[in-house]
Amino acid sequence: MATQHSRSAARFMMAPAVILLLGWMLVPLVMTLWFSFRRFLPNRPDIVPGWVGFDNYVRFVTSSAFWPSVQTTLIIVGGALLITIVLGVLLALLLDQPMWGQGVVRILVIAPFFVMPTVSALVWKNIFMDPVNGLFAHLWRAFGAEPVVWLSDAPLFSIILIVSWQWLPFATLILLTAIQSLDSEQLEASEMDGAPPLSRFFYIILPHLSRAITIVILIQTIFLLSVFAEIFVTTGGAFGTRTLTYLIFQRVLESQNVGLGSAGGVYAIILANIIAIFLMRIVGKNLDA
Amino acid sequence: MGRIVLDKVTKRFGSVEVIPPLDLTIEDGEFTVFVGPSGCGKSTLLRLIAGLEDLSSGKIEIDGSDVSAVPPAKRGLAMVFQSYALYPHMSVRKNIAFPLRMAKLDQAEIDRRVSNAAQVLNLTDYLDRRPGQLSGGQRQRVAIGRAIVREPSAFLFDEPLSNLDAALRVGMRLEISELHKRLETTMIYVTHDQVEAMTMADKIVVLRAGNIEQVGSPLDLYNQPRNRFVAGFIGSPRMNFLEGAVAAKHGAHAIGFRPEHLGLSLTEGEWKGKVGVAEHLGSDTFLHVHPENGGETITVRVDGEFSARHGDIVYLTPIADKIHRFAADGLRIQ
Repeated sequence: MATQHSRSAARFMMAPAVILLLGWMLVPLVMTLWFSFRRFLPNRPDIVPGWVGFDNYVRFVTSSAFWPSVQTTLIIVGGALLITIVLGVLLALLLDQPMWGQGVVRILVIAPFFVMPTVSALVWKNIFMDPVNGLFAHLWRAFGAEPVVWLSDAPLFSIILIVSWQWLPFATLILLTAIQSLDSEQLEASEMDGAPPLSRFFYIILPHLSRAITIVILIQTIFLLSVFAEIFVTTGGAFGTRTLTYLIFQRVLESQNVGLGSAGGVYAIILANIIAIFLMRIVGKNLDA
Repeated sequence: MGRIVLDKVTKRFGSVEVIPPLDLTIEDGEFTVFVGPSGCGKSTLLRLIAGLEDLSSGKIEIDGSDVSAVPPAKRGLAMVFQSYALYPHMSVRKNIAFPLRMAKLDQAEIDRRVSNAAQVLNLTDYLDRRPGQLSGGQRQRVAIGRAIVREPSAFLFDEPLSNLDAALRVGMRLEISELHKRLETTMIYVTHDQVEAMTMADKIVVLRAGNIEQVGSPLDLYNQPRNRFVAGFIGSPRMNFLEGAVAAKHGAHAIGFRPEHLGLSLTEGEWKGKVGVAEHLGSDTFLHVHPENGGETITVRVDGEFSARHGDIVYLTPIADKIHRFAADGLRIQ
């Protein structure tokens, strides 16, 4: 890539991919913006399409469903992050220990990540959480307790559980590689310095993992904000499990109000970007150290 | 105080015996160096003393009490690692204070000891930096600082200078020796570099395959090596060895003589040879001479001013009372 010639050749050859990716991203974005400023209800021939300015934006935010949906989104993202990171660190510590059948165990731990969200949500709904025939119901009854109707009594927790199960392998994998990169002499030095196991964890291992943890938070947050299938196949947005993504889906496809839904989509883009910028700064600060 | 006694200490990894039964006494205040080729078990021995490895059998005593089953932190020893093992997310101050914080000392005492150590090691200006912002030599000093604040009964050094460049290594060597003179604490130092061993040690322990080959002061080892291995390992450039008829004339299986104990002449001498490579160091010149009878190359140290060219014919004569004679089993004949 040294000469002028090879640089321009490289740009020329990269151009198709860049243009394709840009188009792929820009066309839907521009269309969303376009619809968000229009009155557009395809199933209502009596309402004439036309420009409405910021009307859709105002209506989306002032609707009684908006703030609860933001809250639900944050609870699901926060809950799943908490569970995956705490369990991820513990699992990574466990898997780092030399043990018999290490390779097989590691593959098994990663397995849930390969299951499609829809499938895993259905498996959880029908095999684990079913109040009559679910494994949990049998377990509860075995102890003489009344089975919990998971999806209506603890709907948010159930969804957090399903989502966490899916994302735990990802967190574990990243944290495991981080733990493996820890210099063993540092642990030995702290042992010589008189640090008991718990202090070694908090003073040496956890700070070493901080960068990996921020990366896990960053990536998972971006994906968790758009959780959809797990809600669609379990509660269908009922019992207070309507997230921002799900609300937009309902506005566009159930109410057939494309303009209103598009305005919601723009809000979701802004929200995701605020979080992304915020997290990028934390990661950037961590990278300086 | 820091008298360390190893009594029939062994270490096995699985079925491999890394350290066969070994006895050693390290006196209080002594600077002891473990030296040997890589893989000779010197680092393992140090880690056994530190408590980072479990003994397979035998026992270790520090100041008369058996510490074989005592965890590393309770043995009162401090260790400096090859990679320095500084905590990268803590400032220099926190690194040095870490063992004191773990010992739950009060803050005033911690501050006092840290600033003391920083002063001794010239680190006062760097206390608020991270290890990543320091040079190799400074990191090394932080690692030493972290060791001295604990006021341990002995220091353990595991090849601490091997990651430094040559000039810095000489400087740190002096600093560590200086520190030992000032603290008068027992120090055990592991290295594969015989120059470090010779220059720093009160007592050198030469190891090979987990066995102690010889224990003694640097000059003892230089003048009276117990066997051919020690004779070849100590001294730079290494000792020349000759076997066969030449050795038989001296009544030995092999004879050895150091490059600095050879007389060189252009006209006459015991062995005639042709100069091969000449290494000019300025102060000295090392000539690699190929004997005309086709034997092994002989290294000879001559004055730096001596100018010899490749292919010159020279005559070598060993200094008679500096010839070491070795028996067939490698032991030196007294």
